[in-house]
Order: sequence, then structure tokens, then C-alpha cells
Amino acid sequence: MTQIHVTTTVNGDEVDFLADPRETLLDCLRDKLGMTGAKEGCGTGDCGACSVTVDGRLVCSCLVLGVEAQGKTIETVEGMAEGEKLHPLQRKFIEHAALQCGICTPGILVAAKALLAQNPDPAEEEVRYWLAGNLCRCTGYDKIIRAVLDAAAEMREGV
Amino acid sequence: MRYHTPATFENASAIAAAASGVTRFLAGGTDVLVQMRADIVTPDDLIDIKHISGVKDIVQEDDKCWSIGAAVAGAELTAHKGLCADWPGVIEGMGLVGSTQVQGRATLIGNLCNGSPAADSVPGLAAAGAEVSVVGPKGTRQVKVEDIPAGPGKTTLAKGEVISGIYLPPRGKGGGDAYLRFIPRTEMDIAVVGCAVNLRVEGDTITEARVVLGAVAPTIVVVEDAAKALIGSTLDDKALVALAAAASAACRPINDKRGTIEFRKDVAGVLARRAAKIAYDRARGAK
Ligand SMILES: Cc1cc2nc3c(=O)[nH]c(=O)nc-3n(C[C@@H](O)[C@@H](O)[C@H](O)COP(=O)(O)OP(=O)(O)OC[C@H]3O[C@@H](n4cnc5c(N)ncnc54)[C@H](O)[C@@H]3O)c2cc1C
Ligand code: FES
Ligand code: FES
Repeated sequence: MTQIHVTTTVNGDEVDFLADPRETLLDCLRDKLGMTGAKEGCGTGDCGACSVTVDGRLVCSCLVLGVEAQGKTIETVEGMAEGEKLHPLQRKFIEHAALQCGICTPGILVAAKALLAQNPDPAEEEVRYWLAGNLCRCTGYDKIIRAVLDAAAEMREGV
Repeated sequence: MRYHTPATFENASAIAAAASGVTRFLAGGTDVLVQMRADIVTPDDLIDIKHISGVKDIVQEDDKCWSIGAAVAGAELTAHKGLCADWPGVIEGMGLVGSTQVQGRATLIGNLCNGSPAADSVPGLAAAGAEVSVVGPKGTRQVKVEDIPAGPGKTTLAKGEVISGIYLPPRGKGGGDAYLRFIPRTEMDIAVVGCAVNLRVEGDTITEARVVLGAVAPTIVVVEDAAKALIGSTLDDKALVALAAAASAACRPINDKRGTIEFRKDVAGVLARRAAKIAYDRARGAK
């Protein structure tokens, strides 16, 4: 099978890899770039554990081909903290105990960040609908929602 | 699998026409990649249409018709104020498709061409009188949306034919549309019944109407009798009863764990009434 050379920007760094056209962006991130933050829960778009943004748009990386990443700008959970300094969402997830096994967490963090980028002050219902495609089998969601709302409040105050 | 990135629809069509194996076009990939993953369909040739210029455009033409590119994703439609103001029912149908993540990729034309009888954007498009332009080996033709689905997973597109864009007619005065679906939960599920109503009023009287059902037959159903029940009325009780009866009578649903035949027929009537009320209010508000 012919491999295609792909050049793309991930979390601000230009990277390149060779991809079989059948491979998903999720496979390429994890297996070729060693970025295992995005998780595979289902591989079929249902769970959101693989969430990343492509050119600023939230998507399931399991439903994007690696070859489609050519020339795009991709953001993953690995790009959220600045060195040792966690993103407010990450800090609030720890504070509110919004994670247990952590499989869903990278996807939810990326999805929540995308929401707050376009709506810094979402209502609880808006957060719940926005995150409806991010499944969590551990927490029961409540703590996740509270962590997101709390992080949003803190980010609005510009702490 | 060969991955192609043609620069024009003519090239996309030529690649598909010359292909000997399984061929798929790649728009948002939310059906194509799921089917690849599940080993239901592994294309020999996958033709990505997103490198063609103009496929991400939403344009209102001089005659007020809306032209929507083949790669415009749901989230981009929802963010477009002018389009949402003219065709709220079309946009709310597409808006029900999947999650935020799926909305970031899924397209109207992909939803149409995947051929699911339960596709949520298709009844609204058909009720609106939308058309698609089809580019094929024999040239270009304009086709009504309701003439594309041919049964579960099937379309009337011939080998080598690709859809290059979708067109919504000028909204005009006194128009309103709406789409509702029934699912057993509030998000992330496939329609058990879907219903779109598009109508026009003069004063309080309905002068034009189209009613389209989804998920109750192998393809969407354009229900002429339901439209007749609305036209000439002020959406009074008599019209609503006749509308619901016509919608229920038009159903030829499957019987499964998500809905029995009886249930789906009944719900079709209920949704038709509710969607008609929303469309009517929108039409009068837009007078
Ligand atoms: C988690 C999840 C939830 C979903 N929920 C819903 C839901 O609630 N309601 C619903 O209706 N759908 C739902 N879907 C399916 C929905 O996402 C798709 O039907 C979508 O709209 C298809 O668009 P696409 O751009 O992703 O198409 P693709 O996957 O790229 O293509 C789909 C089909 O259309 C063909 N095609 C694409 N573009 C063209 C073209 N220009 N010309 C000719 N043929 C073309 C392809 O060959 C393929 O057969 C869901 C999917 C997922 C993964
Ligand atoms: S792994 Fe992508 S949505 Fe589940
Ligand atoms: S913490 Fe385990 S799935 Fe969410």
C-alpha cells in the first residue's frame, strides 16, 4: 500500500509522517507522532475520547484520515498546559475530581476548551449539549460540568 | 485504497467513472470512516472532494437562492445567520445530526448520499424544495433532493456522478419551515420518525405547503395529502386532524425495537401537527 507523506502543524509544531490512506488521524497522532493524549474509546465517532481541533474546529480524530491533516493546524490535549502550568480547565478537573480512569478526560478537555473559546459564559445546559458527544463511564458527568463552569468563571475573571 | 484529491468536480467524476472497484466520495467522512472501521465498506478508490475550490462556500445569489458548497459542515451552517433566518427548519434538521464533533465534519450532501431513510437533514431539504447539481460523465444535471434517495444505502446517482452543490430556493414573503424528530433520548440517537413542514402564508391563510416524513419508509416520503390538508386553511383543528391522518397514512415503516409500526404511524401524525404549528408561527412572524 502506498504511503503518503503528510506535513501538518500539531500544537504549534510542524511535523510530518508517512500514512497509509486508511489510517485515521487518531492512529497517526498516537502511533506515528507518539502523542497518546487523544484516546480511542470506540473508533466510530460515538464517545469523543479522540477529540482534537482541526483548523479550530472540534472533531473526532477517529473520523478524520491522517492524510486529510495535510497543511492543517491541529490542537490536542498535549498543547493545553504551558510547560508545568496547567490550563485552568485541567486544574479545575483535578480540583473537582472530574476524572476517575481518565480515558474520557483528554477529549473532554479539548472539547470544553473549544466551547469556551466561542462562548466564555455558557449556561449549564449549553455545556451539557456541547459535551453530549463525550461519553464518560466513571464520573456521572456532574463533576465534569461543574469543573467546566468553574474554569469558565475563572477564565472570565482573567486569573 | 487509493486516496484522490481532485481539483475539480469533473476530475472527481472522471476518477469515479474510470474506477473498477468500490468507490466513495469523502466529504466529512462521518459515514465513510465509520463504515471503513466496521469493515462494512472499504473503498478501493476514495475521492476527497474538499480540495475543490468553492466547496466551503455559502453564497446567496442575486435571486436570493442559497448555494451551499459540498463540504460545508453542519457547524458552519448553524453559524450562518442569514441562512438560519431564511431556512430554520433545514438548519435544525442538520443541527440534530450527531454531536458537536460530528457537526464539525458532517455535510448535507453526505447525509443525503449515505442513503439512510432516517437522515435528519433530508426531510427539511425536500420540504424546502432544495435541488442538487450533479456532475457526471454525461455532463451536469439539476435534481430535486427527493429524487436522490433510492432506498436504504442507495441513491439514484449513476456511476461517476458526484454532487457539486445544493441549492435552496429564495425564501420569499411569508415563509416558514420546521423539522422535528422523535428519539427515545434527548441527544445522539437515530430518528424513529422525522417530519419537516415548509409553508407560506398570506395573512393567516396557508397558500403553499410541503410535508415530508423521514424514517417511516425505505426513503423519505413527500406527503401530498398532508400538504393539501394545510393549503387554504388557517391551521385550524380540522386542518390539523386531516394533516395528522394524512401523515400517518403515508407511513410504510419497519417494525423494530425502537418503534413498532403502529407507534411510528401515530408519532408521524403528532410530529406533523407540531412541526406545522412551528412553521406556521415562523411564517407569520416573518410576514
Ligand atoms: C456519532 C454519530 C452520530 C450521528 N448521528 C446522526 C443523526 O442523529 N442523524 C443523522 O441523520 N445522521 C447521523 N449521523 C450520520 C451523519 O453524520 C452522516 O450521515 C453525515 O451527514 C454524512 O456527511 P459526511 O459529509 O460526513 O459524509 P461522508 O461520510 O463523507 O459521505 C457519506 C456518503 O455520501 C457520499 N458522498 C459524499 N459527498 C458526496 C458528493 N458530493 N456527491 C456524491 N456522493 C457523496 C459518499 O460516497 C458516502 O457514501 C451520525 C454519525 C455519527 C458518527
Ligand atoms: S474514539 Fe473517536 S469518538 Fe470514540
Ligand atoms: S473518567 Fe473514566 S471514562 Fe470518564
